[in-house]
Amino acid sequence: MTTAQGTAAPRKRVAARPAKWLSRGVIQLFLLVIGLIWLTPAAGLFLSSLRTEEANAGSGWWTAFTSPGQLSLDNYAALLKDSGIVQAFWNTVLISVPTTLAVVVIAALAGYAFAWMDFPGRDWIFLVVVAMLVVPVQIGLLPVAKLFGALGLFGSIPGVVLFHTAYGLPFAIFLLRNYFAEIPKEMLEAARMDGGGEWRIFSQLVLPLGRPAIASLAIFQFLWVWNDMLVALLFADNASQPLTVALQSQMRQFGSNIGVLAPGAFLSLIVPLIVFFAFQRHFVQGIMAGSVK
Amino acid sequence: MPVTSPAVPPAPARGTASLPPCGTPGKPGAAVRQAVRRRRRIAVLFLLPALVLLGALVAYPIVFSVVRSMYDASGDTFVGADNYTAMFQDPATLRAIRNSAIWVVFAPALLTGLGLVLAVLTEKIRWRTAFKLLMFMPMAISFLAAGIIFRLTYEQDPQRGVLNAVAVGVHDRFQGESASFPTAKARLGNRQLTKGHDGSYRTAHRASPGHTADLGLVGVAPKDMPRQARPAAPAAKSPAAPGELRGVVYLDFTPGGHGTPGAVDRGERGLPKLSVEALDAHGKVAATATTGPDGSYRLPHLAPGSYTVHLPAKDFAAPYGGISWLGPALITPAIIGAYMWIWTGFALVLIGAGLSSMPRDVLEAARMDGAGEWQVFRRITVPLLSPVLGVVFVTMVINVMKVFDLVYIIAPGPVQQDANVLALQMWLVSFGGGNNQGLGSALGVLLLLLVLPAMALNIRRFRRSQS
Repeated sequence: MTTAQGTAAPRKRVAARPAKWLSRGVIQLFLLVIGLIWLTPAAGLFLSSLRTEEANAGSGWWTAFTSPGQLSLDNYAALLKDSGIVQAFWNTVLISVPTTLAVVVIAALAGYAFAWMDFPGRDWIFLVVVAMLVVPVQIGLLPVAKLFGALGLFGSIPGVVLFHTAYGLPFAIFLLRNYFAEIPKEMLEAARMDGGGEWRIFSQLVLPLGRPAIASLAIFQFLWVWNDMLVALLFADNASQPLTVALQSQMRQFGSNIGVLAPGAFLSLIVPLIVFFAFQRHFVQGIMAGSVK
Repeated sequence: MPVTSPAVPPAPARGTASLPPCGTPGKPGAAVRQAVRRRRRIAVLFLLPALVLLGALVAYPIVFSVVRSMYDASGDTFVGADNYTAMFQDPATLRAIRNSAIWVVFAPALLTGLGLVLAVLTEKIRWRTAFKLLMFMPMAISFLAAGIIFRLTYEQDPQRGVLNAVAVGVHDRFQGESASFPTAKARLGNRQLTKGHDGSYRTAHRASPGHTADLGLVGVAPKDMPRQARPAAPAAKSPAAPGELRGVVYLDFTPGGHGTPGAVDRGERGLPKLSVEALDAHGKVAATATTGPDGSYRLPHLAPGSYTVHLPAKDFAAPYGGISWLGPALITPAIIGAYMWIWTGFALVLIGAGLSSMPRDVLEAARMDGAGEWQVFRRITVPLLSPVLGVVFVTMVINVMKVFDLVYIIAPGPVQQDANVLALQMWLVSFGGGNNQGLGSALGVLLLLLVLPAMALNIRRFRRSQS
């Protein structure tokens, strides 16, 4: 910045101050309104989940602001007594935790191999993995259903886990390989000079160094699977269906079922929200890194 | 599995992700060759789980789908490209393709635009972190939960759906608060009122200014009576001044019986907020009035002559019920709205990150030179941000093509076909009763073909970043 501009600036700022204040006020108001609009739908469902079926049928959830006496935890109490819903909740856990672990372990191994090992066709195979980043899961539904049918995995939780793991891998490998590749070459070479085997280098050097990327990946993968409905809709039978599928089957009677659907939806989104608030930064990084997907 | 690495001298640096050292040319010793083989074996072990899963569950299904798409529904007869031509002849599939096109044209552009505007504006506020957090939160929840949230938001009944509650509120504000009683009608055999073709009522006899005319209606259930309705009898007794017509519009029904049909009995209440018109001999409106809480009306300043008193059709119209968000016409825009609720935070955060890494001094210099905010935005911010905007846009295009859950959840059964998109149609055809896995596979292949440009883009971007 030159001196001439530096001296010109203050005069201009003083003149522009009232206009700037005004426009800042307008901007604040605008963003406040946008924020309220964004909050309203979710707040509506939350308040609905705290009202009885009759209250929800007779009046809008916004009446809860004027008569908060109608709010109660009865719907949640009833929901937690519903063995189907509770089972579905545990199924969701049993699907998303193993998938996350499997994706992280398998992708870390492969990512390390792609980044730091030499073998013929390495770059080509990795390009194929990059190409798989955008393959829609839809293309896998029918063939894998047949394959799992033949293997006796169709309808079971392991089947759902396998499918999710496979479709999570391209992104996971891509992310970790790129992150591992940034590790200074000298560190790995020093470790190799010291006679460290590949496994030891991987587990004691690469994994600890790659922790930020692995954390982002794990969070992202966990949420992706926790929130999935499409894959489980096909691959999970009644006994192994996750919460999303269990709730989806109640959508047909939406009007009369809000007392189950609203608290059910909150049960399903409370875990992602906790994860989101606990690991905001990793989550945002994961999303940003995944924006090629 | 602990595997020891053979001790090989380090090779010269060849870039960041360069290969580890292996057989140096010129010294092809047996020990080195053995070491290379061993390294490859280890590499295979590291890669094996990933390659098996990707091969069996991603690569093989692509091949299978391409082959399967060339067979008929049963899978026995080879039909060549028939499934692909059928796609463009089947009306349901065509509609899905058309809707997917609408999604691709509107959703990514709207999202990128809104994300850009919000990102630029949030730069100017102190609570930007809180705002971004709030906007980003929907990204964490499932499409199912978002679908339930918006199914409730879009509910038709203004007593349940908040959007229609707002729509009705705004509508009533602009239309005035004129009430209507859709069920009200004249008592059977009533000689004083005649019904018009449009559902309106008028007095059978003409009256001249200075007289009164009381209009009795029935058919309004007690629960539908407005709270402010007052007994009509006192007002019915007051005489009309010269040059005016007056009277009451009342519910000609005494709770508990004992009333006289056609007379304003004690306890019979007026119908408030109804429009009343005086029609002259040519049927033209000479004066209008609105009834008070006791149902009374007064039509002043009438020229001498004879008039009929008219209750226009809108007094009997069904009340405004809001907008049919989940109806066939608006279902796709409505679901795109829900989609934007989820993804705007993504665009905002990504573009915001791009914005904060922009060279500040360029912006400042432009402002110093007298550029207005709009000029700075158009000439500097947007061009500098174009790589990020491109990433957001392309990501959204890919995502939008695969949209499934939200449509499946939000669209009620009867309008599912109107909201249909490619991924949903693929599901319906293959598993949801269509049971045509030939056509279903073809649709899956079509989805894959549509994301191929994105795949090429990814590969190109990756290779460029490596060179």
